[in-house]
Amino acid sequence: MKEEGKHGKANKFGMVIDLDKCTGCGSCMVACMSENNVSFKEDESDKRLSITWMKVYRITNGKKFPDAEECFLPRPCMHCEGEHSGHSPCVSVCPATATDYSTQTGIVSQIYTRCFGCRYCMAACPYHARHFNWWDPVWPEGMEKFLSPNVSPRMRGVVEKCSFCFHRYQLAKDKAYMDGRREIREEEYQTACTQACPAGAITFGDLNNKNHKVYKLVKPDNKHHGKPRNPHAFRLLERLKTNPKVYYLSSRDWVRAAGDNYTVEEKRKGITSGSGSGH
Amino acid sequence: MTTSDDATKNGSEESADQAEAIEAVENVEGTAAETTPETEEKKETAKCTGGGLIIFTFIAGLVISLIVGWIIFPKLLYSKKDQPINFNHKLHLEEVDNSCESCHFFREDGTYAGVPTLAQCIDCHEEVEGDSPDEERFVNEYVAKNKEVPWLIYSRQPDCVFFSHAAHVKGAGMDCQTCHGEIGESESLKPYEENRVTGYSRDIWGKNISGITTHTWESMKMDDCAKCHAEAKVEASSVQTKKDACFVCHK
Repeated sequence: MKEEGKHGKANKFGMVIDLDKCTGCGSCMVACMSENNVSFKEDESDKRLSITWMKVYRITNGKKFPDAEECFLPRPCMHCEGEHSGHSPCVSVCPATATDYSTQTGIVSQIYTRCFGCRYCMAACPYHARHFNWWDPVWPEGMEKFLSPNVSPRMRGVVEKCSFCFHRYQLAKDKAYMDGRREIREEEYQTACTQACPAGAITFGDLNNKNHKVYKLVKPDNKHHGKPRNPHAFRLLERLKTNPKVYYLSSRDWVRAAGDNYTVEEKRKGITSGSGSGH
Repeated sequence: MTTSDDATKNGSEESADQAEAIEAVENVEGTAAETTPETEEKKETAKCTGGGLIIFTFIAGLVISLIVGWIIFPKLLYSKKDQPINFNHKLHLEEVDNSCESCHFFREDGTYAGVPTLAQCIDCHEEVEGDSPDEERFVNEYVAKNKEVPWLIYSRQPDCVFFSHAAHVKGAGMDCQTCHGEIGESESLKPYEENRVTGYSRDIWGKNISGITTHTWESMKMDDCAKCHAEAKVEASSVQTKKDACFVCHK
């Protein structure tokens, strides 16, 4: 660390979620909550106040039987890069420097001890990926002992969100240092949701590395804000130019069309993310 | 004559009146001229005693505040606790062959063991080895009962801090002494001082309450980390601060 650049070349960690494989079982949500010490309330019936770093949405094509179809869409934080490095909607509005974009990993961080809870970032995030702690977490008796020591629990009054299990990256880096390496291998850093998915719908890796599965799946055009070259791949709200690092795969047109807020007219004309809208 | 006399009388009277008036005026002037320096003097003495009192009170207050702020408050701020066992680092360092890492070692997965657990101590201390009363107490109270020693960790960081020993020791090749000082030379453990407000160890802020340090191991604040990172030119990956990204050390 005495010289610059010794950390190796910059990574851009990203995720690919195959919606054709997702069964909507919710394992990713459970894994995420337990991995990241996500708090919950005694009464979780009001979902507006629930904290879900990873949330599975159910979308339908709105048609009647026998044409009715549905799809489950897991939504972590998109770790938007924006039009230029780090111009994520949330990072650019944070007045406290509590949320930050790392050019080294491409991860949007949230530093709870810096956050003062103004919630600008929540308003700015078009994906509802950020959540506010209205209360201090209260764990059922004895559960404190089972919390992950690698993730600090959040206090009342701060915003939290998916970190792509950044602590796993740190642990993988530690292992690499022990072996005298600077680079971490693909399998050494995987998020909890990726590993928990029984359908193998979630893939995680470095979008800058052509040998990683995520790159091979979506073939991101890194010169054009990571736009996927795989026609079945799309990103949520691509047209907002948030440049997310979470890609979705689907062979179904209506699912891809649901990824952006297309007008009825556009949908009729058949303009979807996969077929080249956006910039 | 009378007239003249009268006139003279009158005149003299007049002149007397005038003289009186002049005298009165003079008197008035005289009083004014005579009394003014006196009152000024009086006022001055009053000012002197009042001003002196104010300055004295101010200095006394300042001195008291400084004593309270720099001596009494820091003493009140930290509570002192003794370690459960008075450990002799110097003695152990002579016995072991892999320096600090003999007991404070890295695990294969890159995590750091930190303060050794009873399992490591038992390797040598199943029975009383030497003649120190602390060792005897350690064997009887902890080893025999298979109870972990509740060591108080001087360098424990707040919960939101992620510190990687692997990155610093293995990656950057730093010495233990850079952050922990010459603890290996110590023959006894100093009392653990806990900040009553934050609950953190005094070693985080440092012994010097003004925060001035001459050695890198004297304090372990975020500023100390940042200073070294800046000197070592650690990659500035933060878009917000153009320094290290916050996530490097925070979790």
